[in-house]
Amino acid sequence: MENRETILSVRDLNVKFSLRGKVLHAIRGVSLDLYKGESFAIVGESGSGKSVLTKTFMGLLDQNGWVDSGSILYHGEDLAAYKTEKQWLKIRGREIAMVLQDPMTSLNPLKTIGAQIGEALKLHQGIKGAEAKKRICEILTDVGINEPERRAKQYPHEFSGGMRQRAVIAIAIACNPKILICDEPTTALDVTIQAQILQLIKNLIRKYQLTTVYITHDLGVVANVADRIAVMYAGDIVEVGTCEEIYYSPRHPYTWALLSSLPQLGVKGEELFSIRGTPPNLFGEVAGDAFAPRNPQALNIDFTERPPYFEVSETHKVRSWLLDERAPKVEPPEALKRLTPEGGSLYE
Amino acid sequence: MSDVILSVRDLHVTFGQKRKKFEAVRGVSFDIYQGETFGLVGESGSGKTTIGRAIIRVYPTSGGEIIYKGEKINGKIPKELDRRVTRQVQMIFQDPMASLNERAKVDYIVSEGLYNTGEKISKQERQQRVEQALLDVGLLPEFSSRFPHEFSGGQRQRIGIARALIMKPDFIIADEPISALDVSIRAQVLNLMSHLQKERGLTYLFISHDLSVMRFICDRIAVIHKGLLVELADTETLFRHPLHPYTRALLSAVPMPNPAYEKQKVPLVYDESVHDYSVDQPRWVEIEPRHFVLGNESELTEYAKMCEEE
Repeated sequence: MENRETILSVRDLNVKFSLRGKVLHAIRGVSLDLYKGESFAIVGESGSGKSVLTKTFMGLLDQNGWVDSGSILYHGEDLAAYKTEKQWLKIRGREIAMVLQDPMTSLNPLKTIGAQIGEALKLHQGIKGAEAKKRICEILTDVGINEPERRAKQYPHEFSGGMRQRAVIAIAIACNPKILICDEPTTALDVTIQAQILQLIKNLIRKYQLTTVYITHDLGVVANVADRIAVMYAGDIVEVGTCEEIYYSPRHPYTWALLSSLPQLGVKGEELFSIRGTPPNLFGEVAGDAFAPRNPQALNIDFTERPPYFEVSETHKVRSWLLDERAPKVEPPEALKRLTPEGGSLYE
Repeated sequence: MSDVILSVRDLHVTFGQKRKKFEAVRGVSFDIYQGETFGLVGESGSGKTTIGRAIIRVYPTSGGEIIYKGEKINGKIPKELDRRVTRQVQMIFQDPMASLNERAKVDYIVSEGLYNTGEKISKQERQQRVEQALLDVGLLPEFSSRFPHEFSGGQRQRIGIARALIMKPDFIIADEPISALDVSIRAQVLNLMSHLQKERGLTYLFISHDLSVMRFICDRIAVIHKGLLVELADTETLFRHPLHPYTRALLSAVPMPNPAYEKQKVPLVYDESVHDYSVDQPRWVEIEPRHFVLGNESELTEYAKMCEEE
């Protein structure tokens, strides 16, 4: 990648929650760099901490959660040290905006779509009146909503699911942010609409020069949009690499498991690969590699010592003992051999 | 070919009255054979769920026939038949978070259907059946005294399946059973469903918008668009050479875990205006053995040509 200017830099971040008198360690020492203009995907099961991680970028943690240690550097400022709402208001929307999963619940049902976009314009850019109206129409056109004048006067219930998600994106764009975080933007949508929304976000990235972070549980979805992918498990990034590295030469057993459980790779009449067990309990400390108890090929050391990052290439880092030179050679699952650049659509 | 277990003939379902009438299903016909998994795929609002609910007698039909094991089950039917159908046809719902009664214990949720059969069952017998149903779906019998909120999404969906299984059904309608689940848990539920099918010869009607899942589990797939079937074929045939433009658009939208392919892919968008049905009305035709498609005369000739080229 030629453009390597870091826009957001997370170092050794730890996030904890206090729940029923116990402490839950949701993010366990995550470090990552977000480069300007890239689209970065975070993939993991529910409960892996992918949403919590991005919420810390915007100061949106629940009341009972806090950043325990670590830093989040954005333009020379440490967001992790932010305390007051006033400080956060300079970041939220204006610098970093978010698109949430469910367009049914993230819009205000009592306000028209236009008013909701106008609200963001007024708050963040001070645009009002006729100028705001013009801008609202422009934004609605940008997100692919036809007849913007008429649509701006409608309420969310008059929009279909896909259209609502477009409206949510429009609101996020209206703040003119530098970073757009999309938290499962297409999970609640149909496959056809999903493809359209992904295409839309791709176009907007180009037009507004956005840096995007995608959060998803489905590795099938992000092949289209991501430049780089981080795989999260139990509050930790276990593998990070370029899109091609993650799909064509994954190295962590958890990435293997996630990929081979995709129905696209399944063969009819055979068992589809499924991950046994459940993610670890994050109350208390996790010993060794968090995925070891669910990994049938786990090594002894996996249960006792946490693996460091091994560098496969400049862009590809893996937290697994399998990459240690003393480790036995473990082959990735058979199904993954069908994932090659020449593989085409897999259906042909 | 084995026997037809369910036959839908020219089904119409209408909501609303008079001027506000909305035809959700506009004349749909298909057969489901004993022991197969029949897929119904379409976007939201296409009427796929409506068909499922019409079969299970939740929605009244406004025209056509639904024939289950040789008997008509839509409209007015004798009480005895109603009871039999209620027992033999069961449903698995989409969202395991919403479809379980939060205030009831698993024991009651799973056995609720048994209270309604008219059959006299002793407490022990019911207890035993609940335990068996839970074991069948890979849960522990001890779970029967817990509440739904104590379970994860995948476990809750298993409870939903156990609730259907306890009735000893022959035919199960699965309405988007895995859409609300994580990828890793999807695989578990899909495996469970195919395992149960093999073990007890169940027939499934699998309703979904996601063709990647359907290719894995369905024997035959019907594509529905705006209340009309546009194509029906064996899964392999449908994926190898889809004929109707809507089917092709749906197929192209399936995301592939292959960046090299995905990044240069242009998804097809279905534009209804490609059909000119003003003079020449479309018909539902078997264009090659076991492959049905909707089209008018000129389109059908074209489709037939496409079939030959294969």
